[in-house]
Amino acid sequence: MIAQNVAFWSLAVAMVAAAYRLVTTQNVVRAALFLAVVLAGTAGQYVLLTAEFVAWVQVLVYIGAVVVLLLFGVMLTRAPIGAASGLDNDQRAVAAIVALLVLGALGAVLLDAFGDTELVFGEVRRSAEVADAIFGQYVVPFEVASVLLLAAVVGAVAMARRD
Amino acid sequence: MMRNAWLIPLLPAVSFFVILAVGKRLPGKGAEVGILALAGSFVISVASAVQWITAGEPEAVERHTTWWQVGGVEVGAGIHIDGLAVMMLVVVTFISLMVHVYSTGYMHGDRRYTYFFAALSLFTAAMLTLVVADNTLQLLVGWELVGLCSFMLIGHWWEEVPNSSAAIKAFITTRTGDVGLLLGIITLFFAAGQSFDIVNLNRLALEGEIGRGVLLAGAVLLFLGVMGKSAQFPLHVWLPDAMAGPTPVSALIHAATMVVAGVYLVARLYGVFFEAFSIEAGGFNLVAVIGGITVLIAAALAFVQDDIKKVLAYSTVSQLGYMVMALGVGAWTAAVFHLFTHAFFKALLFLGSGSLIHAVHSNNMSEMGGLRRFMPTTYRTFLVGSLALAGIFPLAGFWSKDEILLGAALNGYPVFFWVGLVGAFMTAAYMTRACYLIFAGEYRGHGHPHESPASMRVPLQLLAGLSIVVGLIGPGLLGETLKFSHWVTFEVPGVEEVVEEHDFSVPYAAGSLAVALIGIGAAAGVYFRNLWPRDLARRNPLAARAKTILVHKYYLDDLFVHGVIRTIQYPLARAAYWFNQRVLDGVVNGAGQGARRVGRFTYDVIDQRVIDGAVNGAGATAEEGGVILRHTQSGRVQQYAAALFGASAILALALVFVT
Amino acid sequence: MALNQFLLLSAVLFSLGVYGVLARRNSVLVLMSVELMLNAVNLNLVTFGAFHQDVLGQVFALFVIAIAAAEVGVGLAIVLVIFRNRADVDLDKVDLMKG
Repeated sequence: MIAQNVAFWSLAVAMVAAAYRLVTTQNVVRAALFLAVVLAGTAGQYVLLTAEFVAWVQVLVYIGAVVVLLLFGVMLTRAPIGAASGLDNDQRAVAAIVALLVLGALGAVLLDAFGDTELVFGEVRRSAEVADAIFGQYVVPFEVASVLLLAAVVGAVAMARRD
Repeated sequence: MMRNAWLIPLLPAVSFFVILAVGKRLPGKGAEVGILALAGSFVISVASAVQWITAGEPEAVERHTTWWQVGGVEVGAGIHIDGLAVMMLVVVTFISLMVHVYSTGYMHGDRRYTYFFAALSLFTAAMLTLVVADNTLQLLVGWELVGLCSFMLIGHWWEEVPNSSAAIKAFITTRTGDVGLLLGIITLFFAAGQSFDIVNLNRLALEGEIGRGVLLAGAVLLFLGVMGKSAQFPLHVWLPDAMAGPTPVSALIHAATMVVAGVYLVARLYGVFFEAFSIEAGGFNLVAVIGGITVLIAAALAFVQDDIKKVLAYSTVSQLGYMVMALGVGAWTAAVFHLFTHAFFKALLFLGSGSLIHAVHSNNMSEMGGLRRFMPTTYRTFLVGSLALAGIFPLAGFWSKDEILLGAALNGYPVFFWVGLVGAFMTAAYMTRACYLIFAGEYRGHGHPHESPASMRVPLQLLAGLSIVVGLIGPGLLGETLKFSHWVTFEVPGVEEVVEEHDFSVPYAAGSLAVALIGIGAAAGVYFRNLWPRDLARRNPLAARAKTILVHKYYLDDLFVHGVIRTIQYPLARAAYWFNQRVLDGVVNGAGQGARRVGRFTYDVIDQRVIDGAVNGAGATAEEGGVILRHTQSGRVQQYAAALFGASAILALALVFVT
Repeated sequence: MALNQFLLLSAVLFSLGVYGVLARRNSVLVLMSVELMLNAVNLNLVTFGAFHQDVLGQVFALFVIAIAAAEVGVGLAIVLVIFRNRADVDLDKVDLMKG
């Protein structure tokens, strides 16, 4: 248990710090990198939760594709690379309050519902079971998701074309 | 016919309205309507007179309609036709008819010809209403109306200020008297147990049922009205000035008819006066004294006048004094008879003077003279009138004046007998003076006088003839039925006779005739033979002072103007003005200011601030709300997102904590 | 390990993502914050999957990842179009719906 807790907490602190920096840094590229850190940390958490497949998919897709895509976006939109003032709009206070409210709501609910519930792991789960579930029980959502991906790709291309 | 006597005032009244409505478009410009109506009234009057005179034991005809009745008060109109009324009706309608015909010539081409005839008709209607009245209210209505018509007619040529001033003077002076009349009527009304009926008033007075004090008060107040209307001293001042009106008006109103309304009032309500002033007792009473004074002072004033009409005016005042004096000494029949005869010869004299004025275009005797050569008819008729006025046998004035003197002497009023006698002397003298100045000597004027047209001559001749004849009915020389005292009597049903009749007495008659002749002789001597009194004022300072006093009319006019009018005019009027400006206007203005301030306050505060504030505020609120709310529609997605997240967080929290 | 620590962690991440969505001016940064939120949700899902010992949590998380990727692609395409039209990706300036 101790090793898991230590791992969890170290990852958690890193993630929160990075997330915080993500939303407050004035440098767009650094924000992207902090996002990568968060995503990586999340992958670590997945491993702790015995969801290895999801963890590697996370790394592959999120960090490998999404962050890169975002970086491409940063580049294409000539976002100021380097420190630049004014990346926050003028409703920061309101946003902070709202974020706190959300946190408060969630926190209250969670604490209230799962006060001291322990996370107990039973038998070992294998990725094969995930595959079984996806292509077995949830094959329709899988197909739909692939259609959605197709639509998204087509849409994105259609929109971003220069003509 | 007497029962239809209500037609007599009605015809001229209708003619008044008709003339006003269509007069200008008629060929005779309205005159024919007036003449026609008057002729009709005259015919009915004569018929009524004939009916009355020929009836054996005539009883007064009374007809009455009630206008309204409240409680014990009954107001209505009616007629009371007896000998006195019938006599007056004949006199008024006849003289009015003569004046109407005369005016078609005299007023020819006048600036307000039609209006003149309308006013004449209205006057006649009002006078007749007064004459036939059976109650004091109707009498008052007629009285006031004739006053109004007199005002209108005196001021007929009102464009010239002296004429309108004279009209105002006449109206105000008679009005002053009319206050007394009104109060007297009211007093007697209450004294007689709320009755306006004349016969009733006489009866109650004579039977002693009205308290002495109240009766005297009522009679004195009535007499005030008489003094005003019949130009008795001291309210006589308006009559000479009233000569500013056209001569036909002077003839009709100020000689024969209107001015005798006062005498008629006393004659009608004689029971009240007889009882109130104890006329039976003899000696002195208010009525006789005033009448006597009037006789003398007016006769004196007639001596210093240059204007022929003023001479006649003062003569009228003097003769009215005779009538009033006669009533005061208990010689009722004499007074009424003198009224009757005086109407004829005074109207004649006035119309004659009108003819003279028309010829020489001037009123002043200093611009006349020697006119007997140029105007023979006028000369002869004027002479007849003068002799009648002076009281020369057998003309009308002789009989009537003689009866007055007889009554004064035999009823226990010796002083007034002598007053009457002196007055007779003076009357004869001043008329001789007037005739001398007009008809004798050389013509002193500048024009070419000629005789007047027939429309003016014929009435003169008619009146002259009547002046000769009409007096004879006094002593009954034209038959017993026509004898004046036979058919004109003062009678109150149920009461004994109050009026004493005196038969014609030769000694007294001879005496008054002698005095009149002496008067003529004296004046003739002064003027024709330049006897000692001629131009006395130029030689004797005392006489000059006396003449100045006379010329200034005893300074009465000055007394009235400065004493009475100015006193009222300045202090009272100023006080009234102050009261009006400060108090009344202050209140009114204050109310106005207050209202304005309220209005201003309402506007400024209530309307502008409160109401408009509320309204504007509602609008502003809406606008501000909109401006504020507009910020939620910033178009910025992140704001929408913030709202979304915030709201859902709050809701979630709420849900969590509620459940 | 307590269940709550994972859940609270995901809640914190989610709140930070909310803040980022609301407070950032640059559209790409907003997208990044959205990714953060989605990530937090994923963590939650997997946690519950582990808690209930049901593989459904992981399946759901996989789908979310796929969809998140698609969404980022489309989102960036939109941002690119906006950038092409306006030469600026400042969200404050995208206020055509104002008023």
